[in-house]
Amino acid sequence: METQAFQKIYTKISKITKATCTLHAADVANEELAFVAGRHAQVLKILGDEVTLQIFEGTEGLGNDAEVVFTGKAPGIRLSDQMAGRFFNAYGDPIDGGPEIEGEEQEIGGPSVNPVRRIQPSRLIATGVAGIDLNNTLVTGQKIPFFADPDQPYNQIMADVALRAEADKIILGGMGLSNDDYLYYRELFDNAGALDKIISFVNTTDNSPIERLLIPDMALSAAEYFAVRRNQSVLVLLTDMTLYADALAIVGNKMDHIPSKDSMPGSLYSDLAKIYEKAVQFPDGGSITIIAVTTLSGGDITHAIPDNTGYITEGQLFLRKDSDINRVIIDPFRSLSRLKQLIIGKKTREDHPQVMNAAIRLYADAVNAKAKRDNGFELTDYDKRAIRFSYDYSERLLAIDVNVRIDEMLDTAWELFAKYFHKSELTIKQSILDAHWKGE
Amino acid sequence: MSNGKVLGIDSNLLTIKVDGPVAQNEICHVTHDRSRLLGEVIKIVGDRAYVQIFESTRGLKTGLDVEFSGRMLEVELGPGILSRIYDGLQNDLEAKTGLFLKRGEDTPALDDAKRFEFKPLAKKGDLVVAGDWLGEVLENWIEHKIMVPFAFEGSYTVESIVGPGSRGIRDTIATLKGSDGEIVPVTMVQRWPTKRPIVCYREKPRPFRIMETGVRIIDTFNPLAEGGTGFIPGPFGAGKTVLQHTLSKNAEADLIIVAACGERANEVVELFTEFPELIDPRTGRKLMERTTIICNTSNMPVAAREASVYTAVTIGEYYRQMGLRVLMLADSTSRWAQALREMSNRLEELPGPDAYPMDLPAVISAFYSRAGVVYLNNGRTGSVTFIGTVSPAGGNLKEPVTESTKKAARCFYALSQSRADAKRYPAVDPLESYSKYLEYPEIRDYMSRQLGADWVGMVLDAKNWNQRGKEAYDQINILGDDGVPIEYHTTYWKSETIDSVLMQQDAFDPIDSTCPFDRQQYMLHLVMKVCGGEYKFENLEQVSLYFKRIINALKQMNYSKYKSAEFARYEQELDGIIGERRVSAPAETVQAQ
Repeated sequence: METQAFQKIYTKISKITKATCTLHAADVANEELAFVAGRHAQVLKILGDEVTLQIFEGTEGLGNDAEVVFTGKAPGIRLSDQMAGRFFNAYGDPIDGGPEIEGEEQEIGGPSVNPVRRIQPSRLIATGVAGIDLNNTLVTGQKIPFFADPDQPYNQIMADVALRAEADKIILGGMGLSNDDYLYYRELFDNAGALDKIISFVNTTDNSPIERLLIPDMALSAAEYFAVRRNQSVLVLLTDMTLYADALAIVGNKMDHIPSKDSMPGSLYSDLAKIYEKAVQFPDGGSITIIAVTTLSGGDITHAIPDNTGYITEGQLFLRKDSDINRVIIDPFRSLSRLKQLIIGKKTREDHPQVMNAAIRLYADAVNAKAKRDNGFELTDYDKRAIRFSYDYSERLLAIDVNVRIDEMLDTAWELFAKYFHKSELTIKQSILDAHWKGE
Repeated sequence: MSNGKVLGIDSNLLTIKVDGPVAQNEICHVTHDRSRLLGEVIKIVGDRAYVQIFESTRGLKTGLDVEFSGRMLEVELGPGILSRIYDGLQNDLEAKTGLFLKRGEDTPALDDAKRFEFKPLAKKGDLVVAGDWLGEVLENWIEHKIMVPFAFEGSYTVESIVGPGSRGIRDTIATLKGSDGEIVPVTMVQRWPTKRPIVCYREKPRPFRIMETGVRIIDTFNPLAEGGTGFIPGPFGAGKTVLQHTLSKNAEADLIIVAACGERANEVVELFTEFPELIDPRTGRKLMERTTIICNTSNMPVAAREASVYTAVTIGEYYRQMGLRVLMLADSTSRWAQALREMSNRLEELPGPDAYPMDLPAVISAFYSRAGVVYLNNGRTGSVTFIGTVSPAGGNLKEPVTESTKKAARCFYALSQSRADAKRYPAVDPLESYSKYLEYPEIRDYMSRQLGADWVGMVLDAKNWNQRGKEAYDQINILGDDGVPIEYHTTYWKSETIDSVLMQQDAFDPIDSTCPFDRQQYMLHLVMKVCGGEYKFENLEQVSLYFKRIINALKQMNYSKYKSAEFARYEQELDGIIGERRVSAPAETVQAQ
């Protein structure tokens, strides 16, 4: 960072915490970017001439005589088409050894889209995963997280989904990624030959946790550039939002804010909404779709982070290890895509809604039958067939490593229906049954 | 008016040093970079005013100039509000330029260029007070009354009033002479502070009529009074927003005001994409013609969330003064409470439960009390009915916002996760939910007159069947299918009939989505006839098969046009099924009230 001639340098810091510092300074703007001993910092609070900054790289080893320079502007990013295929850190600087990006600098965390300038999302995103495409169909402009326990392969699934999704650009915002996962993504994107449409902003566990706070804004500013200026469909991947919220809690704590539920800041809902609501479908064809990861602790969705997330996002994809088939599945009960109604049966085959509901209903019957079996009650013939159906359904449709087209998923479901059930047990509308039934 | 300088900035809370008098809730403007940012005083200590800013405060510096206005936050009231989409501060969102919201860009609430055909209702020499009707204009299809401004105190004599003809909203339509002899002009537009209720009416009685919503679990089981209050708490994914949208489509109200407060933008997009196309079954007009949307989605400034619900209710009260039935829906009041929490925290107030401000219950009660049916000065009635949703953290109904709202609202529509998981929509829990109005003698009288003397008794009877069914089901689960007498299964399946046919409703089916009262009355009688009968079974497998057929016939009736040939055919089928196993005529279980 270069200091410029007119900039005033302060060297007297009055207070240092693990995440913030306070000093006396004049003519400082709210949310302005500053450098403290060369570390990125941002103004959080001003009272009179007392200014409090959050220091993104952390305050380890920071002396109270460190040089503080204010830049006169909010944190920004250089935006241009040259970003494609590149890897950046939380400050938007390249970390792949390539050249700096040339382009106009724009503030991150910019204004919201006027709601009346949005249009209703209506374009299908096919992922090949039946647990998503069949049961929880995604639409461009949607925002949806994976809810997963830390031991589940959520980063791999998200990468698979992204690469199959036929987006013009994929923007990865990695927060607290392990170095191994970072390298996994790099290699995967390289091998997929899709590197030119991928842009990554990465904060690994080697970096400071406070830095993560910049990642979503960086990724979404880049997304807005491609969606608005280039009318492209942009898919933004944010992993892991739980670590983002943890960083918010650290800063809140150092600012003496009173914590609310689960030690999270009282503003958690608004903070998360500001990120997720960047998902949008524009009338001119550009769109931003956000797929995020929220890691859970032991599947607990009542914790403040998944709970607030659920109220903001348009559904959730719940990963669960199915012991029947020893694979990870997308839980058909706890997962939901709120926007699927806009396209299923309209942009997909007409039998899609009925097949989806019938299969889930039968799967639910199987769950009840299994409970009956476990309690030592006798099973009816229907119960036994439902249980056998559920094994096949999990194996051939719910497992996350399935990769087929939606029509094939529907055909598979019809095949399983015919294998285990009578026509009358499906409660599917007669006309659809007549057209698709695979039995006699 | 006083002026001030910015002294401190903490997110959207500014500390301002003021050079003169300043009032709580006074509005001020901060000048920054050619734009003027709106703020509201929320605390005063000595010469320091603490101000919440309704915009992003990025880039603000200490020392900026602040102008105080001497007024509270106000809305502009006049013809042209209907069908608009406003932000929380009543800026017309359609009039804003560009894809993104620009900071400090104010747009007028009313269209000054629009002319209305004015018809006088008062005449020269009439004695009038605030809220009295001077004339009317046609706004969409409603007769929009032009009233003596609510802020006028005492009585006035109409000095002059213009004749019928096309007028602009800012034209003087009348002059009034006060008791002190001063003559004041009146236009079609007036301003009113949002935090102050409009009370230019004769009296506010207890609600005495019910408002038809077309939703059976509400109308039949937990009726909402016209001018009443209700709230819908539920975890995410339980269908709060779908239920509110259903109400906004079907409720028997003249006007709908939707406050989208801190929720998803795409849900508002759904409203203004669909409502201009959907037809209001009662008037045959487009739904958007009776709807006004106040939209402050979750990514819009937090402080304006609080303003948005007050803006909405003030507009509702304004139309109530015209003798109209207004239904106001707010989704979600929890977001507004969270905005209060964020502010309280920045003010470093000692926190109440879950870090919410201590006065949260009082704020919520005061807000719900603005609903109500009123007798206007001319003897007519008008009403504001209010339903808010609550988003309880973790789905836990013991959290402060739900508990405070429970004290204030008279109807409780608890959405349950287990019903939503079982796809039993609307997922209103039949045992937890209640309507206090069922206990009101005036409401019971009203229902007896409208729906028959046996109505309330029959509803309570149906609710009781539902509870007995639940108890039987628990026993079956503990003891196993064979471990209980067959009657337990019959009881359970009778309650399943009530649940499936009456309590569940398909919000996406063109016919079933709205169910008028006469139809609800017919179906309740029919279902209670089924439940009142005694049936003979040889084994328990017959029970479920038999009742599934009954439920299917009744559900097909729900999906058929009321009293159509198809409807009659399914009823005939039902009679046939009942005849197969009934051993006694339905007992007269319900006595007259």
